[in-house]
Amino acid sequence: MDWQFLAFSLAKILVVFAVVMTMVAYAVLVERKVSAFIQDRVGPNRANPFFARYIPYLGMKLVRWGIFQPMADALKAILKEDYTPAHVRKVYFWIAPALAMVPALLTLAVIPFGSQLGAQKMVIADLDVGVLYTFGIVSLGVYGIVLAGYAANSKYPFLGGIRSSAQMISYEIAMGLSVIPVFLLVGSLNLSDVIGAQSGSLLAWHVFKQPVAFFVFLVAAFAETNRLPFDLPEAETELVGGYHTEYSSMKFALFFLGEYAAMISVSAMMVTLFFGGWTLPFLGLDQPAQSLWVGLLHILIFFLKLCVLLVGIIWVRWMLPRFRYDQLMDLGWRRFIPVALANIVVTAGVLAMMHR
Amino acid sequence: MTDLLFVLFSALALLCGFLTVANPFTRSPVASALFLVLTMVWLAGLFVLLHAFFIAAVQILVYAGAVMVLFLFVIMLLDLREEERRRWNRFGVAAGLISVLGLLGITAVTLLRATPDGTGDAQLEGATHALGLMLFRQYLLPFEIVSVLLLVAMLGVILLSKRELK
Amino acid sequence: MIVERKPLNLAERLYIPAVANGFKVTWRHFKRTLFEGRTAAGDTAGGFHPEVPWRVGEGYRGAPYLVRDQDGATKCVSCQLCEFVCPPKAIRITPPGPDGAPADRRNAEKMPREFEINMLRCIFCGYCQEVCPEEAIFLQRDYSLSGTSRAEMIYDKEKLLALGGAHAGLRKWKQKEDEARAQEAFPPAAS
Ligand code: SF4
Ligand code: SF4
Repeated sequence: MDWQFLAFSLAKILVVFAVVMTMVAYAVLVERKVSAFIQDRVGPNRANPFFARYIPYLGMKLVRWGIFQPMADALKAILKEDYTPAHVRKVYFWIAPALAMVPALLTLAVIPFGSQLGAQKMVIADLDVGVLYTFGIVSLGVYGIVLAGYAANSKYPFLGGIRSSAQMISYEIAMGLSVIPVFLLVGSLNLSDVIGAQSGSLLAWHVFKQPVAFFVFLVAAFAETNRLPFDLPEAETELVGGYHTEYSSMKFALFFLGEYAAMISVSAMMVTLFFGGWTLPFLGLDQPAQSLWVGLLHILIFFLKLCVLLVGIIWVRWMLPRFRYDQLMDLGWRRFIPVALANIVVTAGVLAMMHR
Repeated sequence: MTDLLFVLFSALALLCGFLTVANPFTRSPVASALFLVLTMVWLAGLFVLLHAFFIAAVQILVYAGAVMVLFLFVIMLLDLREEERRRWNRFGVAAGLISVLGLLGITAVTLLRATPDGTGDAQLEGATHALGLMLFRQYLLPFEIVSVLLLVAMLGVILLSKRELK
Repeated sequence: MIVERKPLNLAERLYIPAVANGFKVTWRHFKRTLFEGRTAAGDTAGGFHPEVPWRVGEGYRGAPYLVRDQDGATKCVSCQLCEFVCPPKAIRITPPGPDGAPADRRNAEKMPREFEINMLRCIFCGYCQEVCPEEAIFLQRDYSLSGTSRAEMIYDKEKLLALGGAHAGLRKWKQKEDEARAQEAFPPAAS
């Protein structure tokens, strides 16, 4: 056993986990703030811990920006009464929230979030089948929701669970098909190779080379993460919250945070596949870092791209109304899957001609 | 380490497989389906130990992620109580026996043919590229036959569901 | 009026105008709130809730309270209709029973011995007010109820009566008649 490898991997896992959990907490804050601004409100601006007073000058500003709100939210989720209704199926009721949270986090293992720090590659597991791994894990995400719907043993959660299983399976196909052209171009399933193929110029980014693939992937990502306009499994206005109707306190929080974690991992996927990962096409920032500072800069670039995409996803929620269920299925099966298939054929054809 | 993991994964796979078909605590089909999912996951673990990452990923993606979700979907829509009441069914037993015996035969033949020290077909290890080439060159015919089989199944489903509509 | 549905053109079917307009509207509001500091609450009430109390509009359905009549007597006659109709079963009435105290007013037989509304369950739907034959329960203006325990949020008869006060529309039967007239009349008179 290689102890150094183990230690570095463990360190990377811990750091990524901590950063992602913080990001999840603040993504919730951003969501609340953005929605508030769009709806002429101010959003959370009262959470005021005792130590905020002692921060010179910035203290009260931070309070008004709601910086401390995630702490209050977390405290609330932990301290709230954890209520288990009498009619639920206990075992499934307990494991469903965990199953909703874990896959989203597991996906991040193969995302290269930076080039190098010293000799360490900034990715937890540099798998050769990277993207297949992600899709495999993402496809497990549906279990949390289906089981939650089944465990709750009442009608709205059940409908939510059924909807989500149909929706997730349908859009998984579209999502999987949409990225095939990208891998045809790259010639490898390894995500680091995908990033390598996008260096050079801005036009090498796959979002410009494969706009159709990106579009299908984007829409499928919305459906996979249950975000509006495809949040039919939750659909507050129809299903009073769908699959997590019967949950409270920390179990509910796991579903809630799981959704944001899934958003983050899907955005990370998009950054890697279509936006060049940690590279920028200027100043030689598209080559693996030689020094520590450049390595950190690469991580920062990745982080910023991720944030832009996250805000985009959040914004869409307040912009578009929810689709009807039949429209959703129609869109998935009769529009996106054929488009993705055609895209594969065209890309393969063009590649074959060029290599002739 | 690898040996330990192998023992762990295979024991868990066997245990979950057993719980899938003969769970002493519950006869709920949902529980069976979930244990089947777990079996798939442990199998994928075994594939990883064999360095067959592609097959492991596909195992999770296709079986655990898609097929079993559809199973669950259908189970949830069915009347479960009837299923829980029913015990034996002659056709089911016969079909089960035949498929188990067939699988046993295939496994036995493969095991007997396997060389004890060799690593088998080294080309099939790991690299997706090599695997793809094998599939589309050497094993093209079986591959196509399997896809036709799937197509037949699909057509059958369409036929059955459409007939009910009429 | 029949709204004619025009077939969508290609751009519309691709949701392009919908997305563009959606972004335009959301961006306008986002910009206004973030950069110009304008908010709905600031524009209409001049401040935010706890500091600037919200002015409850006419006809608002807040917490349901029991009311007294012009003589300060209990109007409720313990008919238990509201208990029956309440969707979340928030109301619990204990009738006086055969040897309980008689009503404290002349034209009624009995009044409830105990009348409890669990404000944690109540959904402010107004069915109790709608169903009450004696106009004894009204949804009033309180919208911000809070307490430190569940027991505290179950309001008993005394509390409900104290909070409810005397109701303005005291001449019940005349009012019923007026209401019936108003409903018969067509077109409806502006009252
Ligand atoms: S308002 Fe509705 S929920 Fe509340 S007490 Fe009356 S009937 Fe019950
Ligand atoms: S409040 Fe009205 S409906 Fe309810 S018991 Fe009293 S008289 Fe009957």
